[in-house]
Amino acid sequence: MWIYAAKRVLYAIPIALGVSVICFSLVYLAPGDPIQSLIPPDASAEDIAAIRRLYGFDKPVVFQYFDWLARAVTGDLGISLQSNRPVLDEVTRAFGNTLAIAVAAVILAFVLATFLGTLAAFNLGRPVDKIATSISTLGVSIPNYWMGIVLVILFSVQWRLLPATGMGGQGSDGFNWFEWEQVRYAILPMVTMAMIPLGVVTRSTRSAVADTLSQDYVQLLRAKGLGEGRVVWHALRNALPQMLAVMGLQLGYLIGGSILIETVFNWPGTGLVMSRAILTRDIPLLQGTILILALSFVAINLIVDLLQTLVDPRIKRS
Amino acid sequence: MTRMHRFRAPLIPSALAALLIAPAALATGPALPGGTLTVAMTVSDVPDWAGMPDQGFEGHRFVGYSLYDGLVSWDLSTSDQEVDIIPGLADAWAIDPENPNRWIFDLREGVSFHDGCAWNADAAVWNYQRLIDEAHSGFNPVDFARARSRTSTIAEVEPIDEMRFALHTKEVESLFPYNLVYVLMVSPCAYEAAGNDRAAYSASPSGTGPYLFGRAVPGERLELVRNEAYWNPDRIPQHERLVLLPMPEATTRAAALLSGQVDFIEAPSPDMIPALEGAGMTVVLNEYPHYWPYRLNVLEGPFADVRVRQAANYAINRDEMVALLNNTATPAFGAHTTNQRNFGDPYRFSHDPDKARALLEDAGCLPCDVTIGISPAGSGQMQPLPMNELMQAHLSAAGFNIKFEVIDWNTMIGVFIRGAVAHPEYHAINFSSASMEPLQFVKSFMKKFQTPGGSNWGGYYHPEAEKLLAAALESFDADEQDSLIRQAHELVVEDAAQIFVVSDLNPRAMAPNVKGFIQAQSWFQDITPITVD
Repeated sequence: MWIYAAKRVLYAIPIALGVSVICFSLVYLAPGDPIQSLIPPDASAEDIAAIRRLYGFDKPVVFQYFDWLARAVTGDLGISLQSNRPVLDEVTRAFGNTLAIAVAAVILAFVLATFLGTLAAFNLGRPVDKIATSISTLGVSIPNYWMGIVLVILFSVQWRLLPATGMGGQGSDGFNWFEWEQVRYAILPMVTMAMIPLGVVTRSTRSAVADTLSQDYVQLLRAKGLGEGRVVWHALRNALPQMLAVMGLQLGYLIGGSILIETVFNWPGTGLVMSRAILTRDIPLLQGTILILALSFVAINLIVDLLQTLVDPRIKRS
Repeated sequence: MTRMHRFRAPLIPSALAALLIAPAALATGPALPGGTLTVAMTVSDVPDWAGMPDQGFEGHRFVGYSLYDGLVSWDLSTSDQEVDIIPGLADAWAIDPENPNRWIFDLREGVSFHDGCAWNADAAVWNYQRLIDEAHSGFNPVDFARARSRTSTIAEVEPIDEMRFALHTKEVESLFPYNLVYVLMVSPCAYEAAGNDRAAYSASPSGTGPYLFGRAVPGERLELVRNEAYWNPDRIPQHERLVLLPMPEATTRAAALLSGQVDFIEAPSPDMIPALEGAGMTVVLNEYPHYWPYRLNVLEGPFADVRVRQAANYAINRDEMVALLNNTATPAFGAHTTNQRNFGDPYRFSHDPDKARALLEDAGCLPCDVTIGISPAGSGQMQPLPMNELMQAHLSAAGFNIKFEVIDWNTMIGVFIRGAVAHPEYHAINFSSASMEPLQFVKSFMKKFQTPGGSNWGGYYHPEAEKLLAAALESFDADEQDSLIRQAHELVVEDAAQIFVVSDLNPRAMAPNVKGFIQAQSWFQDITPITVD
């Protein structure tokens, strides 16, 4: 398994390079110019040229790319054009903030989805199944930013139970999962973020568990007199690899940051950073964010693959 | 003739220095009110606090003018008068009677930076020199770029004595002091103590402004603390702490105010205002020098014909646009708002679609195909999508055939910077304007300032207005300047140089416990008088 893991890590290198080339090219192909966010609208042509030179944008794009790449492999992702802060600091801070609610949202969704999906599979066609399926459909169908706004109106504006925005009274620096005063800031964005994984994983769990229940060996288990609790355990264990695969993908999507959810809740994560970088053509920040996200996506998939091997010995890795 | 001085770095940090200086003020004045004012700004990041701010005028409004001062300041003390410049860190300034390119500044005595560094001619020279000289130890491309449109006309910085220095301009420019209100002075001692490294300086910035730096969480919040030793006792903050939060989404800002997380929000959306007022929030509006126009390409295409430009101005129903915006705007009848001293008495285009159609027919442009660049969002662009839809309806009813090209804000800025010559595909662009100071108006309508290098996007030229504005730039008599600009304004409005639509009223909302805010007629505001119960 360790050889397999090492190979997967090595595979991540060309993936990261490919991602960096693609995103660098796309940013330059898009209309707009990073220099435009740095200069006043009435700047003269000479001043624009001088500023372009000072920032290094007068060099050919290929040279700019290799300059960036040479620094990136040493961990230096450059300086954000807009904030003048190191990109690595900006991205790691935002990544940590998104990770905090994304992991919590995935755990919440996983627990609820396992319960609802299993319940539905054991009660196919009955009202319980219909309720679980409806919840799953709503989770996937309702735009999550709309859900976020509704939750804010209810829990923050009307009932004043939870804060509407931000990541704690002191910002993310003071955020602590073990203090209720801080955790309450994470509840609404976390619940909103959990809606789509809840829907997707409930459906996938229902389908996987129902499929397992239709197998002959389940009939045999029941015929041998096993209690329904043991049957559930067997069914879930067989469905788990599929659920893990779906959950891993969902976690990857969430870590990419939801621009809309993070905007609604003013949550200082990767979604907000990406949207800022795109709108201002902050190329170093965009490059750094995409690179970190791509690498984390590869890492998550690797972890999921390894977990699948652990929970299901039938899946062999060479 | 410039010379450089080194400054002694202070041995005490800024907050401690302020505490040492403060007792004098505390001993004589009444106890200052406490409280924390939490503001939700519209920007997506905390404006840069390490010198020249970013994030447009909002950066200057909340961060720049809180931590720093310029030689020249804005008078933001009233809500019923047009805002103009007043002495800041310079007590007085005058043009050298023998050299119309040499401005002499008398600096304010007894002012110190937050870190205790003295404000004097050496500090002024250091600040200006670093913005124009790449070889200067304090030079950095960030401040250079942000200040450039205000410093590009400076040819030389000249120290005169301990409290006087001079700035030489490359050509005669009577409106030059309006540039200086945007150029903010940082402590040379603090900068040098940080090794002339902007990032290191940002950990302990030091200006002369009414607030001291408290703490910052990058991208999330900036906390400033009252400077009790501020040199202008009338502007010592009436709250102990100021917390600035970037919050770009209007709905989020409104929710934050309604849930009690913030005390003061910028730019609530017009349709949220009734709900905010219903919940007991105070919503304030005021005219300020802003207008929302279509800037026209007069070099080629349909708008090269004055009849087409006038037809477009007749086609617009400005009152309906104001109603669309829930009365958070007023009709615009020119590049100045009606209460600005240089508005004058220009021709006022009424809503007359029949006249518009007749003019188009006369010009041989009926239907008149026009392509307009618009953006879905952007600084000062108000509610661009519904507003442009209404514009399309008005113009179509009068015989125009409007095609919109929607481009994002960054791309739009590029289109503006490069000018109509580089973008003949657009007959007009929707790009709002801040007609805050006379120089802005001059740069928008003089051929000499055709983009790039000015704000005259469409290459507008009116021979008589050009002469008047050129004369204004060379006149050092303020009344004469105003008179010349006023006349030029009347001419360009009659000539329908742009399609003037509405001026924003800049709504702001605050919690019931927030008192004392005076909304000046400006893009900038003085938040120091605010008390928070």
